[in-house]
Amino acid sequence: MNDEPIIKFDKVIKRFGDLTVLRELDFTVKKGEKVSIIGPSGSGKSTVLRILMTLEGIDGGIVSVGGEPLWHEKGADGALVPASEAHLHKMRAQLGMVFQQFNLFPHMTVLRNITEAPVKVLGLSRKEARERGEELLELVGLADQAGKYPHQLSGGQQQRVGIARALAMRPSILLFDEPTSALDPELVGEVLNVIGKLAEEHDLTMLLVTHEMRFAREVSDRVCFFDQGRIREEGSPEELFTDPSEERTREFLQAILD
Amino acid sequence: MLFGYEWDLSSPLAFAISILPILWIGLTVTIQATVLGFLVALGLGLVWAVLKAAPSRLISWPAKVITEFIRDTPLIVQLFFLYYVLPEYGIVLPAFLTGALGLGIQYSAYTSEVYRAGIEAVGPDQREAARALNFTPAHTFTHVVVPQAIPRIVPSMGNYLVSIMKDVPVLSVVTVLEVLNVAKIVGDRTFSYLVPLTMVGALYLIMTLVASAGVRLLDTWLPKQGIPLK
Repeated sequence: MNDEPIIKFDKVIKRFGDLTVLRELDFTVKKGEKVSIIGPSGSGKSTVLRILMTLEGIDGGIVSVGGEPLWHEKGADGALVPASEAHLHKMRAQLGMVFQQFNLFPHMTVLRNITEAPVKVLGLSRKEARERGEELLELVGLADQAGKYPHQLSGGQQQRVGIARALAMRPSILLFDEPTSALDPELVGEVLNVIGKLAEEHDLTMLLVTHEMRFAREVSDRVCFFDQGRIREEGSPEELFTDPSEERTREFLQAILD
Repeated sequence: MLFGYEWDLSSPLAFAISILPILWIGLTVTIQATVLGFLVALGLGLVWAVLKAAPSRLISWPAKVITEFIRDTPLIVQLFFLYYVLPEYGIVLPAFLTGALGLGIQYSAYTSEVYRAGIEAVGPDQREAARALNFTPAHTFTHVVVPQAIPRIVPSMGNYLVSIMKDVPVLSVVTVLEVLNVAKIVGDRTFSYLVPLTMVGALYLIMTLVASAGVRLLDTWLPKQGIPLK
């Protein structure tokens, strides 16, 4: 495992109007690391993922992915200038995202949802993309659902398609934005199983925003507790869940575990 | 006699049958004006919709003002303007073209709103998913937004097709010989209006029913599986 961080937030500021969501956030993730982000709503957890996926810009600081600035690029004189769409397009190839509401394309079959981007963006042939798509459906346990449309599947199945779709782009970093929050309780397990399997068997770097504390504890190398736009506390799951040093962390865990 | 066809006034039925070929000529003009006007409305409406959605206000604002102006002025005024004012500036358009263009321009203001609503109904979550998968904006538009917008757009466009058809008689004010105008001339010459005008009504009923059925057929045939239409 390379010790150079694959993700680095350096004093990152993000505002929505008058509301400051990230206050000079410093945050690093090493290659292959599985990091869970927990914290109260509005603490900026999801914003971190959305900035990485280039769905939200930043108002200050530097975000680096793979050692290269994400929202900046080197201008003609070597100074950093705001990133062009071409730079973002190039950088985005390293990242994949699984959304809370799945965000599948409703007019495409399950297989088409997975193969569309590899064909149109990576330039794979339809046949290659199809074979790869079928492998991925196998991986998420939906090999027999390839020809169905998203609305014919349960929420848990839809989310597993969402995971397969993100994996089809072969990202080195996979972002999970509360992947089980929109699911009925009995469907949460099947999605967590898939994510757990990925975490175990692949050297993907994974960033998981979640309210599933037990799962975060099982699957992650490190847990970060976000509060008011900063990391209030971070550590191994053992440390953070059994013996948090901050009062605020203790309060939060108590409230959510009750 | 009109267009070389004689009429037979011996009985209402004989009269009706004898003027059918005459009305048919008017009807073809009505259909042509409807089709051309509809195509202009579809094409120009899309242009307005794209301009109105432009990020620069320098572009979106004039487009909004123009479409609002078109919507808020009567079709007949626009037709008079195109037919009687433009020639003063050296632009002389044939009556049929003036009428069809006028109709198309008027309805483009309405269709642009249909396009806008259809495109906006495709939520930001779809655009975000497309962006996360690194689709280009053009590919997102053609493969994610448009296929989901079309099933939402088609029914409203069908309604406007029928509206345009029913507005074609207004073109008679700029001397277009569409079916109502032809029927009126027949009435003027024979002093018998009941039969020709009733026939126009009946012919219109048939045309609008056929057009509505066609749109419904297109709507059921369109792939829209899983697209949330409400």
